[in-house]
Amino acid sequence: MNAPQPLSRWPGEGSSRVPFWAYTDAQVYQRELDTLFYGKHWCYVGLAVEIPNVGDYRLTWVGERQVIMVRDRVAPKDRATDPGIRVVENRCAHRGARFCQSAMDGKVSNTRSFVCPYHQWTYKLNGDLAALPFKDGVKATGPEGDCVHGGMPADFDLKNHGLTKLRVAVLHGLVFATFSDDTEPLEDYLGPNVMPWLDRIFKRPEGSAPLTLLGYNRQRIPGNWKLMMENIKDPYHPGLLHTWFVTFGLWRADQKSRMVMDEHGRHAVMVSRRNDGGENKAVTEGVTSFKASMTVNDPRLLDVVPEPWWTISDPSDPGQTITPTVTMITLFPSLILQQQVNSLSTRHIVPRGNGEFDFVWTHFGFADDTPEMTQRRLRQANLFGPAGFVSADDGEVIEFSQDGFQQWASDGQDTGSTLCELGGTGTEMTEHMVTETLIRSMYAYWKKVMAV
Amino acid sequence: MSLESLLLHHEIDQINARYAAALDERRFDDWPEFFVEDGHYIVQARENFDRGLPLALIALESRGMMKDRVYGITQTIYHGPYYTRHVISPAQVLAQDGDTVTAQSHYAVFRTKPGSVSEVYNVGRYIDTLLRVDGALKLQSRRCVYDTEMVLNSLIYPV
Repeated sequence: MNAPQPLSRWPGEGSSRVPFWAYTDAQVYQRELDTLFYGKHWCYVGLAVEIPNVGDYRLTWVGERQVIMVRDRVAPKDRATDPGIRVVENRCAHRGARFCQSAMDGKVSNTRSFVCPYHQWTYKLNGDLAALPFKDGVKATGPEGDCVHGGMPADFDLKNHGLTKLRVAVLHGLVFATFSDDTEPLEDYLGPNVMPWLDRIFKRPEGSAPLTLLGYNRQRIPGNWKLMMENIKDPYHPGLLHTWFVTFGLWRADQKSRMVMDEHGRHAVMVSRRNDGGENKAVTEGVTSFKASMTVNDPRLLDVVPEPWWTISDPSDPGQTITPTVTMITLFPSLILQQQVNSLSTRHIVPRGNGEFDFVWTHFGFADDTPEMTQRRLRQANLFGPAGFVSADDGEVIEFSQDGFQQWASDGQDTGSTLCELGGTGTEMTEHMVTETLIRSMYAYWKKVMAV
Repeated sequence: MSLESLLLHHEIDQINARYAAALDERRFDDWPEFFVEDGHYIVQARENFDRGLPLALIALESRGMMKDRVYGITQTIYHGPYYTRHVISPAQVLAQDGDTVTAQSHYAVFRTKPGSVSEVYNVGRYIDTLLRVDGALKLQSRRCVYDTEMVLNSLIYPV
């Protein structure tokens, strides 16, 4: 890591005032790419179920680097230990072309090998360079007799010219990759506080079922990527911004909640249990988004059916069980994993400069879902995503936030900051949701690893 | 083209013209009225449609759900304001069976935010099933399959 440039300095102690330059400074953003996305962190790239067959691949992203997630051939003896998923950078080792393309033909992209069209350098599915034209030159007959024209140098070794290979870890069908050799094992990276909440969804007591892919929604949001992490670490806003949540009791300040974090404060789980909705004066008074008389014309939009796996042994209270209706899991830096009643999705953050990111939603269910449950998951998807009743407005307020930060930065002084002091200035876990502790914790970690 | 076919195409084109006007003039309460009571309105990425993946961006299964959506866009979903402008191609009738007609047309929706330029917002095709009720055609189903790989932040109003 280069010595820090005299970038902007973090103002004051603690992490409850986040300087606007954390969102607007291009140099800070470049360091985020190097340190967070290309450094010692595991980045989400997709679900194993998206590439079910050998040769299936999907183009995806780690930071701004496009990578290929592909299912490789695995010898029978290795199948117990090797999930067979490789992640390689989509950049030819020869002239650097981003050569691999999606099929766009209504099928999962599939190939036997990766071939760059420019000079036909050919790679195995694991990224090894297999062959290239004219490696040994072209035979010719000249006045001096037979000779060879061209060819690669004598010391050219295929082994040294493969695609960039990322380390891959697959957990419960979630695929993560890292460019760094030094990133700790994935389960250590996630930590023992977070793991039970991933196990809950994917390793169910009644036995885990393979995932089914329901589909994608994609949006491009004109805001800094961290604002989306903050949004899902912020239990303050849903009961205020999202009328549906407060009115129908899906997420509200008076419900039983818990804020969980890993030891670094970078990952988090917002755990909560839906209450019955209706009016509780303590939380609805002054909340203009609460609409006491609101009902839905078609109640199927809120047809919630509890699933057996919702109930688990309480990780922080052995002997007791806990039955959350919502767990919002933020895995730093690039994944949000959502269980909102019967709706399940991964949301992948793909940064594009300091002021914009793509947000890719992949909805899934389980192979043993009844047709009714699949229908329910699809119906509840109306609440989430780029058009969702309780998600579309998240993208909108993120845009407003970025606009405000840019405006402030335009004075050249760049001294402003956000204020995240609901519940104090500390970074502790809580048994309630009236707090911005998860945001403070993420920035405590961020400013440490970013050395700002 | 027979006169009957010409009139049918014209009839669907006129429905689309009224549909575009209702949305672009922000008469959202009029929008569910283009559908029959148990009509479906689906907005779906082409990626999902082509691959047979069932997820949609918006999937409404009754006029009641459409009214709930209208309530959402006018009362509960906070968003920056914008104009829309629909441009819809002439319809292509794909099949006709008694009172049921299937048709397809292409659409482009432009978005204009305050103080800003007009942007290409959502581009795709309508795949429609229309039903003749009391002499007039209504939508039994409108599936908006959009090419646009990235929604420009959010999609609030119907397309």
